Amino acid sequence: MASLRQRAKRIVVYGGVAFFCFFSASPFLWMLITMFKQDRDLYRAQNNPFLFNDPPTLDHLRLLFLETNYTAFLRNSVLIGVLVVIITLIIAIPAGYSLARLTGRWGERVGIGIFLVYLVPPTLLFIPLFRVVVALGLNNSVWSLVLVYPTISIPFSTWLLMGFFKAIPMDLEEAAMVDGYSRLMAFLKVVMPLSLSGVIAVVVFTFTLTLHEFIYALTFISSSAQRTISVGVPTELIRGDVFYWQSLMAGAAIVAIPIGIVYTFFLDRLVAGFTMGAVKG
Amino acid sequence: MQESAVYEVAGRARLRYLTDREGLLGPLFLMPAVVYIVALVGVPFFLAIAFSLSNVSVGDTSLNYVGLENFRTIIRTPQFERALINSVLFTVVAQAIIIVLANILALILSEDFRGKWVARMLIMLPWATPIALGTIGWLWLLDSKFSPIDWVLVNVGLLGPGTLLGPRNHMTFLGREELAMASVIVVHVWRMLPLSAVILLAGLTSIDRDLLDQAEVDGASFWRTLFQIKLPLILPIMSIALLFGIIFTFTDMTVVFVLTRGGPVYYTQVLPVWSFFKGIQGGALAEGAAVALFLFPVLLAVAILMLRAARRMEIT
Repeated sequence: MASLRQRAKRIVVYGGVAFFCFFSASPFLWMLITMFKQDRDLYRAQNNPFLFNDPPTLDHLRLLFLETNYTAFLRNSVLIGVLVVIITLIIAIPAGYSLARLTGRWGERVGIGIFLVYLVPPTLLFIPLFRVVVALGLNNSVWSLVLVYPTISIPFSTWLLMGFFKAIPMDLEEAAMVDGYSRLMAFLKVVMPLSLSGVIAVVVFTFTLTLHEFIYALTFISSSAQRTISVGVPTELIRGDVFYWQSLMAGAAIVAIPIGIVYTFFLDRLVAGFTMGAVKG
Repeated sequence: MQESAVYEVAGRARLRYLTDREGLLGPLFLMPAVVYIVALVGVPFFLAIAFSLSNVSVGDTSLNYVGLENFRTIIRTPQFERALINSVLFTVVAQAIIIVLANILALILSEDFRGKWVARMLIMLPWATPIALGTIGWLWLLDSKFSPIDWVLVNVGLLGPGTLLGPRNHMTFLGREELAMASVIVVHVWRMLPLSAVILLAGLTSIDRDLLDQAEVDGASFWRTLFQIKLPLILPIMSIALLFGIIFTFTDMTVVFVLTRGGPVYYTQVLPVWSFFKGIQGGALAEGAAVALFLFPVLLAVAILMLRAARRMEIT
């Protein structure tokens, strides 16, 4: 009896896993098939869409890289991502440490305030920020996004790092200070090396966040060569009613799949941040 | 020589004094973050309110106070009612589906099975990848002429002349009112489900093992354990997952913008997208800001609920 029940449970578990994997991954699977298809294969409604009825081709990848601004989108996105990561680290590391160790009670309140800032969505701020960006002369430039993206990444990163610093035993810093380090040096020489994995998590989240962001990038930048991946692919590869489907799918898949895989490795940290450190993922 | 050494020691002691004072170091470390947030979140927020009460536009950037004129104009537009209803409807329906599916998915992921890390990676993809790019995949899946879903339906005999779903060979998912609305909801579910599931999973794995073992010894059935132990214990975490889901769905403009642009006609229009079309593309910054401000009451409510949920979790 027990084994029958166990077998039933296994069937349910594997069936469920298969269903959810298919639901989640099917658009990406569809991208991967489509990007290598020839036009006459793709645009014949009777053809089985899941098979290559004609031999696969690399023409659409060639079009994407050589005849569109795709490489410029990639370059812009990477540049913005790297700069925003640097700004975020410079500002969020001290802030996180301050909230974890130096500010006591009132720091806790500021910390909650900073977390709540994470809930303020870009859709509420993009119109006034557009005016600010224009006033600063940064519209149509990637620098507008370098300036604005840290408003999303700093709150979450500060919160995440605060949790991280709190988890490091205070004895270690105290021992270092007894040994003659100042508070600042104890932080730099003892706490920072121990927090490396937290810092790496912040780097990954901030970078992916800059790739995800859509509204600011759509609003602030209107010239094609300055666009980011997220906005460039859906707006530039669709010209009027003409969809360059294969190139479009390639443009999305090339970025989406690797990012998705890297992100998964740091998932537990993200979950700890989302649940406000109440549960360790 | 000795004197300079004395100065050096004194100087070091002074520096030491400065870098040791927590009362100074604390605010100093926190300052840049606070300044950045106040300047680029706080100020723009009040600017949004000021815009909504003025007649500012892309062409004329002076702020002239017009009172609630913008709000009156907006409310009179038929699009407004539709956008407001859609925003709420899409959020509520998507979250209802997500919370059920996420509980099932979290329960499955808490079991041991082979290839778990691959499964976890595939399931996380929709949340981890840029949503604009993921939505493009859906755009093509739901295409009016070449949708593979249509092809499957036709080939299993559900679509086409003399079948259940009608005589035409295409569903035209994004061209029909109800189907377009359903499509938007499905993409939202697809996108948010992974995050909700892993948050719930974190809750499930934090449940005391002994408690579950004891229940098993006592002969509690699967359903009894689920409804009387697991679900009550993860309720606070579930509310957190739900609140994040509400915010991300309610304020999102990417899915609708890429998938339907609010169409057909304006049947899938939502507040954020309408705000963009009015404020940026139409150049009426004031009206756009006013539309976006309709998001605020919901955000405020969610923030308050979130704080209460967090406090409850601290106690337990």
